[in-house]
Amino acid sequence: MSSETKQILTTDGIPLEVSLKKAEKKNKIKAFLLVAPLLLFLVITYIFPIGDMFMRSVDDRMVTNMLPKTFKAMEKWENLEELPPEEVYRGFYEDYKLLVEKQEHGKLGQRLNKEKNGFNTITKRLFRQIKRNKIDESISIKEQINKIHKRWRNVEFWLAIKRTAPPYTMAKYLKGMDMYVASDGSIAQVDEDRRIHRILWLRTLEIAFFVTLFSFFMGYPIAHLLATLPMKYSNLLMICVLLPFWTSLLVRTASWMILLQQQGVVNDFFVMIGLVGDDNRPEMMYNKVGTYVAMTQILLPFMVLPLYSVMKTISPSLMRAGKSLGGTPFVAFWKVYFPLTIPGIGAGCLLVFILAIGYYITPALVGGASGTLISNQIAFHMKTTLDWSFASAMGLMLLTGVLVIYWIYNKLVGVDNIKLG
Amino acid sequence: MSKNPEFVKFDKVDKSYDGKVLVVKDLQLDIAEGEFITMLGPSGSGKTTCLMMLAGFETPTHGEILLDGNIISNIPPHKRGIGMVFQNYALFPHMTVYENLAFPLRVRKVEKDEIDKKVDKALSMVSLNGFETRMPAQLSGGQQQRVAVARALVFDPAVVLMDEPLGALDKNLRESMQYEIKHIHESIGVTVVYVTHDQSEALTMSNRIAVFNDGKVQQLSNPAELYEKPVNSFVAEFIGENNTFNGEVVDIDKDKCKVKLANSEILANPISVKSKGEKTTVSLRPERALINPTDKMDNMFTGKIEEVIYHGDHTRVRLNLLGSSEFILKVPNSTSNLELKVSQDINIGWNSVDARALDPK
Repeated sequence: MSSETKQILTTDGIPLEVSLKKAEKKNKIKAFLLVAPLLLFLVITYIFPIGDMFMRSVDDRMVTNMLPKTFKAMEKWENLEELPPEEVYRGFYEDYKLLVEKQEHGKLGQRLNKEKNGFNTITKRLFRQIKRNKIDESISIKEQINKIHKRWRNVEFWLAIKRTAPPYTMAKYLKGMDMYVASDGSIAQVDEDRRIHRILWLRTLEIAFFVTLFSFFMGYPIAHLLATLPMKYSNLLMICVLLPFWTSLLVRTASWMILLQQQGVVNDFFVMIGLVGDDNRPEMMYNKVGTYVAMTQILLPFMVLPLYSVMKTISPSLMRAGKSLGGTPFVAFWKVYFPLTIPGIGAGCLLVFILAIGYYITPALVGGASGTLISNQIAFHMKTTLDWSFASAMGLMLLTGVLVIYWIYNKLVGVDNIKLG
Repeated sequence: MSKNPEFVKFDKVDKSYDGKVLVVKDLQLDIAEGEFITMLGPSGSGKTTCLMMLAGFETPTHGEILLDGNIISNIPPHKRGIGMVFQNYALFPHMTVYENLAFPLRVRKVEKDEIDKKVDKALSMVSLNGFETRMPAQLSGGQQQRVAVARALVFDPAVVLMDEPLGALDKNLRESMQYEIKHIHESIGVTVVYVTHDQSEALTMSNRIAVFNDGKVQQLSNPAELYEKPVNSFVAEFIGENNTFNGEVVDIDKDKCKVKLANSEILANPISVKSKGEKTTVSLRPERALINPTDKMDNMFTGKIEEVIYHGDHTRVRLNLLGSSEFILKVPNSTSNLELKVSQDINIGWNSVDARALDPK
């Protein structure tokens, strides 16, 4: 036993471990240098933007920076059921005056209006008073401000200012789930008729799930055919599978629009064979049907390729063995072939599901109102409302969702069992 | 119990894959019950196709295959009840050894206790008890091979087909597996159809060997006869080592013929030559030619040693004899051995009965 635990030395007397590390060090540095550009690329284009997105989504320093004296004074505001003391009013007045000089008072009004409806009006009133030099700094500011508008005498509005004090906020995330922080600080749901995001999240999951399911049922036989056909036919079929890859996504989606629209090819065909009446053409676009059809077609190769690469490695003699041992073709398939394709199914489904969950252009073009996904909502806030922090928050929620799915998936199937080709 | 001599019968079977070339031509082959028959031949000779037709994975283009008197050409593979051992074992990689062996029993709806019993018996037959819970990937090649054999036998099939089952094993393991499969066959008396391209494997294991070439059975006989009395030059060439002389028959009577070579004449045993003037290839096994024969032999020549190769139990000597420098001699390694040196002249003799005049190559 002692000889095993004894340190082994090289002929020069250096401990073997040290010598090994030294010898390996050069290789390790070489290996690292090889991946360094990729690592750098990832950091710059992926890690860094995600960090920036996160900062943006929780960042709420605007008011904090605009009203430093107010928040300082508010630390002394103890009885929150009564209006704040004179110091708070004075601090707010001084901060606001400074903002007026810098012409940034409008931003503050808008921001506070988001926190509590009606703020914009009363800050504008305050602005006019300051412009006309109506405020006398030598007497109580509190009384003068309270006279401007009755809302200034409402403690709720002062509490709303106080809520904006922390430099970071989770409000955007809550908004993404149709929730908000109520004036008493508790988390509440928005009114039922204004809950749009939760519907979108659920619809995104639903569409991603069904697209994955349809791709699987369509892709499995194709992949099987690809893996078993003789080379010359399988090459041709492979080109057919890959052909959509070489066509622009936009072109493919546009061609689906041509096919699926009410005066489109598919509808014309249905009318021709008498399946539907000419005046009763079904809507297959600008709804979920369009999204399902177009996304399934576009994501099909992502299902076929991992399946194919796994099926290619399954020896045909296994199916033969199953049959020769007495299994009917179905039993041989179900007990022998199918279990061996599970790694491919896992990879294909994960790939398609994750791609589908963040899909944007196709649902935007053919989805209409009932076929759009959460990513369309993100794009809407990026481009139209310019609420980038909300878009960032939803983007991160989507990313977190994908990671959670990946984690669940790992628990169920095991990532080791996934074969991406 | 009387054994059925036509347990498996190929009746005028033809097989073509593309409608142009016949892979199997007019195959007529009877296999007796309990027999170990080997289909031997070079690759592309049609032997595996025959096996696949018997297993049901290929359909004969013409003719019928009968199993125990019943035509099976239209029966799908899973209803034939034929066990099969595949070239690459074809063990189900996602199942344990036990599940692999239980598969044919489970699909036959055998009861759990019975399955346990049969799996246990089959595993002890290949001496792999205690390996039930292993996965195939955790077994060595030889062990996988045994599992494959056990799986093909566990449901008591009437016929077991083996498609080059030992091809992937190393030499020593292959030889010990050959004996093991032979002993299993002897102890349970199942009919085995074995396909190989390894002639020593075929000679070791089989009751009878069918030598395939070009889609036809060239010779069907027991191993000894196949080696000693090949009926044509392909079989002579394919089985064992062989010295050949190409020439023309100049004189022939009942059991001897004179063959004229390029610049000499030898006496040979006429097998497939009938008359004077026919071209022929004379085949002689290396061990049938002796150095300095003490008995009187009817072919006596002098040759020059070109090369001496030591092989342990014997020495191979390459001679320049009768105008050919490819004449091989096998000299047993014994104490009375002579000194063999390159470029030495030695006398060689053989009996005409061992020199078989076959069809010309």
